[in-house]
Amino acid sequence: MSETAAPPITFYRLQGCPYCERVARLLTEYDLEYRSRFVEPMHSERNVVKRVAGVRTVPVVVDETTGVTMAESANIVDYLESTYGEDNRPDAAAAGAGGDD
Amino acid sequence: MPEFDVVELGPADHPEPGEQAPEFTRPLVTDEFWEDRTLSEFVGEGDGQTILVFTPMTGSFVAKYVWDELAERNWDERADRVVGITASTPYGVKRFLEDNDSPFTFFADPGNRVAESYGIDHDLDGMTGISEPRVAFFALDSDRTIEGAWVATDWPNFPDYDALESELGLE
Repeated sequence: MSETAAPPITFYRLQGCPYCERVARLLTEYDLEYRSRFVEPMHSERNVVKRVAGVRTVPVVVDETTGVTMAESANIVDYLESTYGEDNRPDAAAAGAGGDD
Repeated sequence: MPEFDVVELGPADHPEPGEQAPEFTRPLVTDEFWEDRTLSEFVGEGDGQTILVFTPMTGSFVAKYVWDELAERNWDERADRVVGITASTPYGVKRFLEDNDSPFTFFADPGNRVAESYGIDHDLDGMTGISEPRVAFFALDSDRTIEGAWVATDWPNFPDYDALESELGLE
């Protein structure tokens, strides 16, 4: 029953991580439904992220709608803009400077 | 019986069997991450019963005694679903699960508002501003209807676990 209620996007994030907040802002801006999974600051505590994305950095976004799993905030921002954004968004060029925690 | 003095809390004004357990949304903490879940979604995940277990905050011996006992009695295998809730942060709950190699998951409710909505909150003497749940157990069906309940009346207070298991309908 609740399987159908699960939002299509799962967002692995760290509390207070600016790169994660940037992705959160974009998900909100595009009105996308997502669930947040918070992991801990120590990379050694992030086996779940390693399993789903092959890396221990966050943010990571898993989008069931498109089958895409993506790490690194700049890549995620690009992906969200090209998939869910309006064409030729004026701030699209600003997505270049990325980072991760 | 315990050899230390206990404080009488008196009966709590908690929801009774036959009533619907109050709904809430809190981060559900596993040994890997935490994410918001609602109680109704959790209890509706499959057939059968969910046992909702309130304890004092992680780090207290009371929480450890209760959860060690439940693990020893294999509640994780004998009940359809068991879930804890306590007045700890997600970080504190996660550490507790790891330190105890716990087979259970917990909702984190550091503000203790859920316990308040169940009428089982307890202000701690000498820890001003901190409130935590009494030890309490509620067996819920998939619609959150309470099928059995046990709530501590003393502080600290542990159930007779054999009697508790029959109250909650655990085989």
